[in-house]
Amino acid sequence: MKTIDKLILWSRLKSPWILHFNSGACNGCDIEIVDALTPKYDIERFGIVLKSTPRHADVLVVSGPVTLQQVPRLKRIYEQMPEPKFVLAIGACGCSGGVFNGCYSVVPGGLDQVLPVSAYIPGCPVRPEAIIDGVVKLLSSLEN
Amino acid sequence: MSKITIPLGPQHPALKEPENFMLVLEGEQIENATINLGYNHRGMEKAAEERTFIQNMYLLERVCGICSHSHTTCYVTNVEEAAKAEVPERALAIRVLVGELERVHSHLLWLGVAAYEIGFETLFMYTWRDREQVLDCLELLSGNRVHYSINTIGGVRRDITPEQKNEVLKRINFLEERTKYYIKVATEEPTVRARAANVGKLPYEVALERGAVGPTARASGVKRDVRKDAPYLLYDKLDFNLITHDSCDVFGRVVVRALELMESYKLIKQVLNYLPEGPLTVKVPPRIAPAEVVNLYEAPRGEDIHYLKTNGTDKPERLKVRAPTLANLQSVTYMLEGGWLADVPLVIAAIDPCMSCTDRAMVYDRKTDKTQVYDWEDLRRLGIEAYKRKGVDFSKF
Repeated sequence: MKTIDKLILWSRLKSPWILHFNSGACNGCDIEIVDALTPKYDIERFGIVLKSTPRHADVLVVSGPVTLQQVPRLKRIYEQMPEPKFVLAIGACGCSGGVFNGCYSVVPGGLDQVLPVSAYIPGCPVRPEAIIDGVVKLLSSLEN
Repeated sequence: MSKITIPLGPQHPALKEPENFMLVLEGEQIENATINLGYNHRGMEKAAEERTFIQNMYLLERVCGICSHSHTTCYVTNVEEAAKAEVPERALAIRVLVGELERVHSHLLWLGVAAYEIGFETLFMYTWRDREQVLDCLELLSGNRVHYSINTIGGVRRDITPEQKNEVLKRINFLEERTKYYIKVATEEPTVRARAANVGKLPYEVALERGAVGPTARASGVKRDVRKDAPYLLYDKLDFNLITHDSCDVFGRVVVRALELMESYKLIKQVLNYLPEGPLTVKVPPRIAPAEVVNLYEAPRGEDIHYLKTNGTDKPERLKVRAPTLANLQSVTYMLEGGWLADVPLVIAAIDPCMSCTDRAMVYDRKTDKTQVYDWEDLRRLGIEAYKRKGVDFSKF
């Protein structure tokens, strides 16, 4: 690995910026995601910052089952993100559709039917500890 | 100057949930605002018809992650009423306790979000740090931080031990001290006042006309609280004040919510010291005879209405949820129009919108295969006619 590549990888690992997108969640996972950013869990100490635009983000954090009305928006947001990009599926609904699997207005089978998913974090809702664990695992997998 | 239409959402930094506002701007001022919903519509009411009463409890808990206890309590009360079950008083007391803890967590969450929209991030971090205390209480009592699942049909699933009671009291006392500080910050801090006063005006008459509910209505001076107007659970036995404010703006909504926190602490202490002895549940048969029930519940955001129709099987025939945010959205367009673009996130945040609650409804006529929107006159006429057929004629009065 060249020195410049090492530098790029280092900076990428030390400051993964995330974009939070609610694709039809019940809010449970969303408040836990915000919770992970606040003082008790403080995920910001890993250099993670919540960004407001997909053009600045490295990781797309999607919570909830994907409702049919959200599919085109979700795809557009994913396309706007710069490479390399990663997608985190948060919660039972993001992983598999959860309790909403089979509802008429929801994409059957979870987020991976719409976008390529890098990591799944199960739980209903996910605990902030689980989010931190998932993020750390994603980052350490990039290291290798 | 030409008018510009800008879309706000469904993905927008100020909105934690998907919804869309089309704003027509004249310079920096908003001339017209339209709300588009449905980004969060999952089709839960239909799904509920295919699940049994007990399964539905866990489905309805996921209507909303913030007011999950409100929705299940309202639903479970409906089921119990349809089955004519007498719920033990200890179970009712535990439901009130969890309901009030939920209100504390929701109001603290809102206070943080409002502070964030103002740009006061320190207050956001403070309130969310303290909110962890309530979440710990809820985890202690129910085993989960967000979806508590404390309710079951006929009562509650878990009892409260004296150790848990002491632990909750300890944390509530801590929160009470912190909340006094927040009230001081919200009411005396000049930046908060400057940013929130006279923003998102909703006069008393308009609040009534547009059917605002919860803290949004109470901040416009409307004395409306289901806990006082139509007491459910144990609220008729408990002592608390109905908080109103007459400034009719975002500042009033901050003050109402901050003061309601104090009332909630008072209620939690009363319930913990009251806790009557007795069983936790009564047995309710899985199949419920045909009945129609409506119940109200004062969720943290306002009046939550559940309708349930049973048909003798173990599944509901029809379930309808009217969440408080849907009632408050009518007021949002009024509050936005004539205001400044920079105030939009704050005004929207001030009703504490909960789109996951709201996005379930649509008027759909199965016979003609058409989606139709009824106006007020149509609805009024339909209501009058429906009651005439039942033999109640209001036109005589």
